[in-house]
Amino acid sequence: MTTNYIIETKNLTKKYDKLTAVDSLNLKIKAGEIYGLLGPNGAGKTTTILMMLGLSEPTDGEVFIDGYNSTTEPIKVKRIAGYLPDNIGFYEDLTGRENLRFIAELNGLPNKDLDERIDSVLKRVGLLDVGDKNVGAYSRGMRQRLGIADILIKNPKIVIFDEPTLGLDPEGIEDILNLISDLSRKDGRTVLISSHLLYQIQKICDRVGIFVKGKLLASGPIESLGAQVFDQESFILELKADDEGDRLFNIINSIQGVDEVTKENNKIIIKSEIDIRKKLMKEMYENNFTILHLKLLERELDDIYKKYFEKKEGLHEALHV
Amino acid sequence: MKPFMCDGLKVLYKKEISDHLRSKRFIIILILISIIGFASIYSAGIGIREVVNKENNDFIFLRLFTSSGDSIPSFVSFMSFLGPLIGLSLGFDLINGERARGTLSRLLAQPIYRDTVINGKFLAGTSILAIMVVSLVLAVGGLGIILIGIPPTLEEIGRLTVYLVLTILYIGIWYAISLMFSLIFKQTATSALAGIALWLFLTIFIVLIAGIVANGLYPVNDHPAIDTVLKHEAVKRNLSRISPITIYNEAMTTILNPGVRTMGLIMTSQLEGAIASSLPLGQSILLIWAHIVTMIAMIMVCFAISYILFMRQEIRAI
Repeated sequence: MTTNYIIETKNLTKKYDKLTAVDSLNLKIKAGEIYGLLGPNGAGKTTTILMMLGLSEPTDGEVFIDGYNSTTEPIKVKRIAGYLPDNIGFYEDLTGRENLRFIAELNGLPNKDLDERIDSVLKRVGLLDVGDKNVGAYSRGMRQRLGIADILIKNPKIVIFDEPTLGLDPEGIEDILNLISDLSRKDGRTVLISSHLLYQIQKICDRVGIFVKGKLLASGPIESLGAQVFDQESFILELKADDEGDRLFNIINSIQGVDEVTKENNKIIIKSEIDIRKKLMKEMYENNFTILHLKLLERELDDIYKKYFEKKEGLHEALHV
Repeated sequence: MKPFMCDGLKVLYKKEISDHLRSKRFIIILILISIIGFASIYSAGIGIREVVNKENNDFIFLRLFTSSGDSIPSFVSFMSFLGPLIGLSLGFDLINGERARGTLSRLLAQPIYRDTVINGKFLAGTSILAIMVVSLVLAVGGLGIILIGIPPTLEEIGRLTVYLVLTILYIGIWYAISLMFSLIFKQTATSALAGIALWLFLTIFIVLIAGIVANGLYPVNDHPAIDTVLKHEAVKRNLSRISPITIYNEAMTTILNPGVRTMGLIMTSQLEGAIASSLPLGQSILLIWAHIVTMIAMIMVCFAISYILFMRQEIRAI
């Protein structure tokens, strides 16, 4: 094992009275990657994050952040790790700039050049022109971006986001995801994102972990997770044509490898064992059909997620990575 | 590590101080106690001006603070009544307010020890109320000098200084109580109400309850034995001393009124041979020494409870 894991949990367990919030979690995150911790509300994601930062004590097990034990050396961990909580709050009657300055001072950053540093992070998150306004006047999206500035100011190696896209409009989500992506791609930081909104997060994650009821059900790149879940399953095509009569159905059914043809929401859904796109197009062309739309449905995290819930326990055993 | 830890405390302390000074709440309290302070000193001063030279002129300057004018109560009774309000209003949302605004988790995610937060808040609050009380007394004292034209003697200054310390401790107790409530209760409104409820209880009801208990234990009838009367009084007095208000009132009356030589009932036989003069400052302090220690202990107990609660509380507990 020569791989350098910057975040590592060993049998991490947290119990609240009778409830087990996190159950023997073994999570390994490589330096520089974006890892998505995905699971429904109440899965124990926030608890895990709090334990990583030393803000909550594990009942059992250990967390190591860049070699530091979070429980015994929380100050060292918090110096290299930035955290954006899900319901981040700022001091409303201070300006964005003052909020950042306060955090910078708490981190013991030198006063020299601090103004330039604040300017540069504000510029990066696109808040330079509102930096002198009270945070009370900021929109939710602006707050979230200020939260990223808040993290950047201390220049951490590791950045942890808890539900960063919650309550934002599509444009805001796009902005935030781009900023998060840059933290890893441009700056080489390690990023951990917790979320229950799978389709938003999957665009930027290198690897994801499915986390349900305190247990990590699966972990790996999205494609491999898909393969794990859908292994014996089929290709799914979405088709629209000019004439969707019985004749077309017959033609499709006659193609070798087709399992099932159904009509859903004005689209024809074709399930097959192999990729039949080439053959399908040829057949349709020869029979004078026009293809209006043809798409190979990707295995989105939503589907993976749903699958996990459908199969639940049995799969969990089989897929433990 | 060490210097860094202090830095964190300094930054937080600075921030809390400026938060207090900028808050509307602080300004309202300041205006309120200034108006009341000046009004009470003014009316007392006017009253004293008329009787000065006609009667005993000892400790005239102290009487500015303790005597009441025509319709306005004395400065010290105002402070005794409003002190809790100052302490409670400065502190009732210290921790749960931060939690509600979501700033607490952000704060604790920074490389500072957890107790730095509560220490910083407590130190900043006590500094603020000390500054408030000291400057108020200095200002109204200045007005008093102008009104009666008699500067304070050295002993009077000494007594006023002890009075200031007592008052800061007194308001400090209420500040510590409100800090504790801000940890016990999740809602800021609840902690504010709990503080006010406790204030009313300790101001009004504790005295009533003490009386009822004393009556039950040692009923005083038409011809009571001296022993029963003494015990009755002792029970009543000690029970009402649960309240910091009682303790503060006893202590401050003793220190500002050099004629007070004892608290509670005293028998004529005990007074036999006593020289009829006022007590020196040292003796007055000796008389209230236990009061001062009790007040410090009350603050420490409340702070210790808050400290433990804060250190053990789950950040998650929202």
